[in-house]
Amino acid sequence: MTLTIDHLYIVIGLLLGAVGVMNLLDRSNPRRYTTALFWGLYATLYLAGERIEPAWIGALMIAMALLAGFGGVRAGKPVPLSDDARRASAARLGNRLFIPALLLPLVTVIGATVLKDVHIGGLPLLDPAHLTLASLGVGALVALLSACWLTRATPLQGVREARRLIDAMGWAVVLPHVLAVLGLLFSEAGVGKAVAHLTTSYIGLDLRFVAVAVFCLGMALFTVVMGNGFAAFPVMAGGVGIPVLVGVYGANPAVMAAIGMFSAYCGTLMTPMAANFNIVPAALLELPDKNAVIRAQIPTALPLLVANIFLLYFLMNL
Amino acid sequence: MDSSVNLWPLLGVAVVVAGFLLRANPVLVAVAACGVTGAAAAMPFVALLESLGNAFVKTRNLPLILLLPVAAIGLLERFGLRDRAQAVIAGVKSATAGRLLIVYLFARESTAAMGLTSLGGHPNMVRPLVAPMAEAAAEAQYGALPDRLRHRIRAMSAATDNVGLFFGEDIFVAFGAIVLMHTILQAEGIEVNPLHIAMWGIPTAISAFVIHAWNLRRLDAQLRRELGTRTETAKVAA
Repeated sequence: MTLTIDHLYIVIGLLLGAVGVMNLLDRSNPRRYTTALFWGLYATLYLAGERIEPAWIGALMIAMALLAGFGGVRAGKPVPLSDDARRASAARLGNRLFIPALLLPLVTVIGATVLKDVHIGGLPLLDPAHLTLASLGVGALVALLSACWLTRATPLQGVREARRLIDAMGWAVVLPHVLAVLGLLFSEAGVGKAVAHLTTSYIGLDLRFVAVAVFCLGMALFTVVMGNGFAAFPVMAGGVGIPVLVGVYGANPAVMAAIGMFSAYCGTLMTPMAANFNIVPAALLELPDKNAVIRAQIPTALPLLVANIFLLYFLMNL
Repeated sequence: MDSSVNLWPLLGVAVVVAGFLLRANPVLVAVAACGVTGAAAAMPFVALLESLGNAFVKTRNLPLILLLPVAAIGLLERFGLRDRAQAVIAGVKSATAGRLLIVYLFARESTAAMGLTSLGGHPNMVRPLVAPMAEAAAEAQYGALPDRLRHRIRAMSAATDNVGLFFGEDIFVAFGAIVLMHTILQAEGIEVNPLHIAMWGIPTAISAFVIHAWNLRRLDAQLRRELGTRTETAKVAA
């Protein structure tokens, strides 16, 4: 028996379904029907995504975007423990509260390093193609069970608390997913080729420093647009890095690649398109300004991008 | 101009930029950009729907890292995890928000460089532990925080996790980005040792630590400047 990513999809499908049903029954949610429909549609994707015609899944995604875009996804007002009860519980449980919280990353790391070679009945215990996610699944389960044991709460209360956090994030939960779809469509439609064409045809690359700067800034800019350095790298390395920096100026390809990818990461720090790093945390930390994390990162990203240009310029011919 | 390159799909990029500038709902902006990009690439409507559907199913693994931990973390929060994290930090007299985040930056970047990327993260570390601890450090120094500064500390906590992760993981040789770079260079007929790609990332990784740590010291300076006068009142109240 192997723990595969399909098992995790079922777990998440059931969790999202529960979020939908809990919202449907919650009169404190001002948009309970549309909210329930939104999470219900998302649950359908996880429970039956591979058995539905792709065109219908496309329609499902558009329906979810319309529900989110016109204010149909809202949160209920769940009843927390009173402040006094919570503080009393914190005082009673003390540092033991950290145990489940730290078990989560610890079990994940153990899964990805030690359990990866464990086989039962000839089958691997954890899906080798999705080792980190399978380990995270085990870690999350161990953390939930130990938290239940510690607090004497039921796993159902865990589902209610999961709903509270998912409700608080709202549509931001699906944004990284939808942007990934857009990224795939961009490459299918040839957006990368068009950008590389513009950069290489209209900017003079016959000065060494200009070529280095165009390469690094192009990586960052392209990542700002696509939200992902992995999409920018092949385009800029193929368009400028390999033909100009390596081909004309004799740069060390390892230096070109390493600093090029890090320039792309500077772009990741500055774009709402990298929603899972920049927008979701703002929702998770309940910040009123959805761009607050990006604002906090720009003073690091811009100087680092300049540093990268100079590092590449001085290190590439060593 | 090279007529074989179709520039029309760039309209999709324009929709994204315009949408974010107009502060429209990002999910709606992304789907609108999908529609415009598909139309600009002359894809028939049903083919576009199929393409979107296939991509939506194929990328289902993305939200897992966010959704799997929420039940355990939510439950621990209900029973006081954040209160406990704050109490622990409030007991450390020399702690400031900036110093605490510099320590976290170092831990996050160095463990990511060893491939232990799942030791941090926004749902399982930043929200329940790092951000409350940074807030508590500032409160222990200055008393109650105005919302604006509280939000700034939270945003810096999230930013610190991102910077540590990005610039640490890429000097770990078995990380996906190194594999990707190696594969692309190989396809172009250039043979490089992946270890060298990882090694040449180190100067940037150090620069990232220095620049972000300096920004975290500026956070402390900002707190001192705006709240410094209230230190005495806080001490009297305590």
